[in-house]
Amino acid sequence: MNSSAKTFRHGVHPPECKATADAAVTRIPWPDEVVVLLSQHTGAPAKATVVKKQQVVRGEVIAEAGGFVSVPMHAPVTGTVSAVDLALNPRGELAPAIMIKRDPDADPEAVHGSPRDVDGLSAEELIKAVQDTGVVGLGGAAFPTHVKMKVPEGKKIDTVVVNGCECEPYLTTDYRVMVEQADKIIAGIRIALRATGAPQAVIAVENNKPAAIEAMMRAVPAGAPISVCSLATKYPQGAEKMLSTAILNREVPSGGLPSDAGMACFNVATLAQLGELLPAGRGLIERVITITGGGVERPGNYLMPLGAPLRHVMEFAGIRPDARKIINGGPMMGASVASLDVPLTKGTTGLLVLRDDEIRTGRLEVYPCIRCARCVDACPVFLNPSALGLLGRKARYEDMAEQYHLYDCIECGCCSYVCPSNIPLVQYFRIAKAMLRERSASK
Amino acid sequence: MTGLLIAGGVMLALGLLLSGLLALANRKLYVYEDPRIDAVEELLPSANCGACGFAGCRAFAEALVAGNAQPARCTVSTPDGVSAIASFLGVEAGEGVKRVARLACTGGDDIARRFAHYEGRESCRAAALVAGGGKACTYGCLGYGDCARACPFDAIRLNKNHLPVVDEVKCTACGNCVAECPKHLYSIHPLDHRLFVACSTQMRGKDAKEACKAACIGCGMCARTLPEVITMNQNLPVVDYTKNDLATQDAIQRCPTGAICWLERGGLVVYGAKALEARAAAGASEQQTQPATKVEAATS
Repeated sequence: MNSSAKTFRHGVHPPECKATADAAVTRIPWPDEVVVLLSQHTGAPAKATVVKKQQVVRGEVIAEAGGFVSVPMHAPVTGTVSAVDLALNPRGELAPAIMIKRDPDADPEAVHGSPRDVDGLSAEELIKAVQDTGVVGLGGAAFPTHVKMKVPEGKKIDTVVVNGCECEPYLTTDYRVMVEQADKIIAGIRIALRATGAPQAVIAVENNKPAAIEAMMRAVPAGAPISVCSLATKYPQGAEKMLSTAILNREVPSGGLPSDAGMACFNVATLAQLGELLPAGRGLIERVITITGGGVERPGNYLMPLGAPLRHVMEFAGIRPDARKIINGGPMMGASVASLDVPLTKGTTGLLVLRDDEIRTGRLEVYPCIRCARCVDACPVFLNPSALGLLGRKARYEDMAEQYHLYDCIECGCCSYVCPSNIPLVQYFRIAKAMLRERSASK
Repeated sequence: MTGLLIAGGVMLALGLLLSGLLALANRKLYVYEDPRIDAVEELLPSANCGACGFAGCRAFAEALVAGNAQPARCTVSTPDGVSAIASFLGVEAGEGVKRVARLACTGGDDIARRFAHYEGRESCRAAALVAGGGKACTYGCLGYGDCARACPFDAIRLNKNHLPVVDEVKCTACGNCVAECPKHLYSIHPLDHRLFVACSTQMRGKDAKEACKAACIGCGMCARTLPEVITMNQNLPVVDYTKNDLATQDAIQRCPTGAICWLERGGLVVYGAKALEARAAAGASEQQTQPATKVEAATS
């Protein structure tokens, strides 16, 4: 590893486990029914514009944005709306959704779209057009992309950072997108540059992905204000705040946004979708996800329609009998899946199926904090997870927020990863945030 | 020797000056506080639970002395304690309605299904943040006892099916469990509320029944039997407690699952005959019912 490579301070080095890196993206068989949740993104839920028994064409708008911080939904398959009802979401709640039964006779690849001239649009129109595509951050957070493109009043973006780090172990979707769809990413970068008014873009890739760096370098046209930056391989290199420090040597202030550091950050998969969908006037209806882990028979990178039930996806990938746990996302930040009835959402980056021998099972004995400060050395945002954990245990949530900057925590999991006492630190922080949210809502 | 005298003299002068200042400050900056507040606070139980609606026993004592509250508002005090405060202040004790916390879920491990096994910190709040906690009914009690730990009066314990049971005698309606429960299953009710919907699911029919044998399936039988008191909202019956006097046990008779029950005085829960039959068939153990100490069929 190049020790002089750009990076941030602290962080951890988990095993990479990127076994599916060489598996080219393939499409999975079409599911018979899809469940399109109306809230797959951060912000207001979308509002359904279809009713039961209505015929829909793949790519057609089936729900409109519920506000500025919201996106519309498009039909992932051609078929009939079988219900507009509550469905289980990945958080384990029943949430509004549109169920569509696929028409087996229709051409599954045919897609609705109205091509548009992107170059003729003003920045404002461009942002509206981005919202119309329904594209959200495909790196996992699912924050609406057009909101990030709208530069807040009085601020200036001087760099668009294109995030191809994919620092989570196991996941290889961004890598495959960079290797296979570099041209679409460049098209997406041009849209992002125009919408934000930034003069330059930097594509950030960890130095454990030389093929992706090469593919991106080859795709950048001569004379374009786009550069490729190789970063050290370290977790959580792909977090916005870490990228700002590593590339621009600027810190996002506490409680601030990347725009406070003059930066707008987009995931490569997000920009690849945007580069493809916006000129074609289409909507986000599918995404690439990695299915991997020792508990799955056919690991790989798959293109799947949004709303496909996990049961269908796992039937195709094959669960081995000794599989024990399914994680939605990567092992560091992903959440366990409790039910296979949950559908795939825009924020699903991967499904990690782990065997018994790959995880520590049973109730882990949690020992008292020994103040070794390994968590303090690991925390990339320079918090004191040890003190936060002790306060969390005593349910002193207000103190955590006011004195120990709980809200700057990005929940990357580095502290829990290094803790020799097995203290579930991030779990404490999530509980604290949930309790504070509830308390402020009830006031 | 002179040095010693000077030093001693300076210290003495300084001491006199500062004590004079303190005496002056005590006189000038004195704030009068009714001595009765301290006395009343002494008579209060010092639970600082907040059930009275004030920020603690001290704040309640201030309100009592100022005449802004009546002693019976303290639900933790014994009747003797309340009358002691009332006679001390020379006011009416007021009317205190005994209120208790009720859990709107009867889905213990014997009748409610879990579809995933949660591993991690033993806490409902923690489990709820991991894909909802793994219970088939996403609205149901998770059974890790956050409410029992939050209860300052030791009034909540978990039964063998990990369902919390509220002790009506110990409960003071302080509301800690209401705030703690991540599924928002607790509410505070006066003891004379008879009809109670012991289910919070918004799932319907088959889905609800598959998740939990005691789930409300949203059939609306109870609302049709007693339309003036019960209305349906989001698949659940809602009891209008302003018409509590009109409530009769007829409403629970036709409930197929026992999601709506009749709370008799003394912690007795009455279910309709149909529900009892269904529960016996489902293998529900008697102890799982809540908040009862005894269960019996309605005799109407």
